[in-house]
Amino acid sequence: MTLGETMDPLLTAQNWKQAGRGVAIATVVETWGSAPRPAGSHLVIDGDGNFEGSVSGGCVEGAVITEALDVITSGAPKMLEFGVADETAWRVGLSCGGKIRVYVERLG
Amino acid sequence: MLLDTLARLNEARRARQAAVVVTRFSGDEPEVVIEGDELSGSLGEEIAKVFRSGKAATVEIDGAPVFLNVHLPPPRIVAIGAVHITQALARIAPVIGYDLTIIDPRTAFATEERFEGVELIADWPEDVLKDRPFDAYTAVAAVTHDPKIDDFPLSEALKAGCFYVGALGSRKTHAKRVERLKEMGRTDDEICRIAAPIGLDIGAASPAEIALATLAEIVQAFRRRDLVTLR
Repeated sequence: MTLGETMDPLLTAQNWKQAGRGVAIATVVETWGSAPRPAGSHLVIDGDGNFEGSVSGGCVEGAVITEALDVITSGAPKMLEFGVADETAWRVGLSCGGKIRVYVERLG
Repeated sequence: MLLDTLARLNEARRARQAAVVVTRFSGDEPEVVIEGDELSGSLGEEIAKVFRSGKAATVEIDGAPVFLNVHLPPPRIVAIGAVHITQALARIAPVIGYDLTIIDPRTAFATEERFEGVELIADWPEDVLKDRPFDAYTAVAAVTHDPKIDDFPLSEALKAGCFYVGALGSRKTHAKRVERLKEMGRTDDEICRIAAPIGLDIGAASPAEIALATLAEIVQAFRRRDLVTLR
């Protein structure tokens, strides 16, 4: 693989799956306001929490990875929504003020 | 998504074919549509739209949301000249995700040792382009300083509508080049498209800095182009 390919989430996902790992693909499907990554951006996650790619500027990846581990186990896809960061503990958000919707599915 | 579906998408992407992934959130298996496949109905129209715009979109089909993710081939850079600048370019371009091919007939320059892991063709551009013509997704950077090598591919790049055409050399060198390209039949409008001196004006001095400035200019040309007129 070339350097560009090792950083390509969809090629990484295929390699991981072919190596027998559990894999989930997260995709930004909608954005509102100033979202850091456009619709179509991918983050891929394996069963151990290893990941490649991004769906934001690092703001919500942690939460997406946690949900992805669930999706890898259950096989049921999830639609996640993240908005402006608020003060409430246990919630993550986008400090840029945008809003994004992320679809997480298992690679089967 | 099934592994087979992803493998089919990745195969198309490696072959530089544009592809759209159609996801219905109902849990049905996503569909991969490759450019050139037959399209029909309102979904077909929406797919044709994202192929043109290059931007992913959620659309409504029969009252249900459908996500269309579009994968266009990455830009390909063809550098004319296996010189110090292209040695640096060969290291930066893969990080940005752009394919790179280097052409230089001078075998003293075009050596495996200087360009390990890069697609390097030690041949005249006249011969190489017969089998591998430029397309609209190609950026051409001519950096040999030698009209015998640079002029022909520059002229071909303008004819092919490459999204970026850059040429190394001072304003004086470029003025002479303009005259030669006119003699080769290129119009003033075509010649105006050449980026010369090459690279964004960041005060680049070293070969690596010139490579960075050139790559930045290529990214700018690609991201700001009008896809509808390109395709």
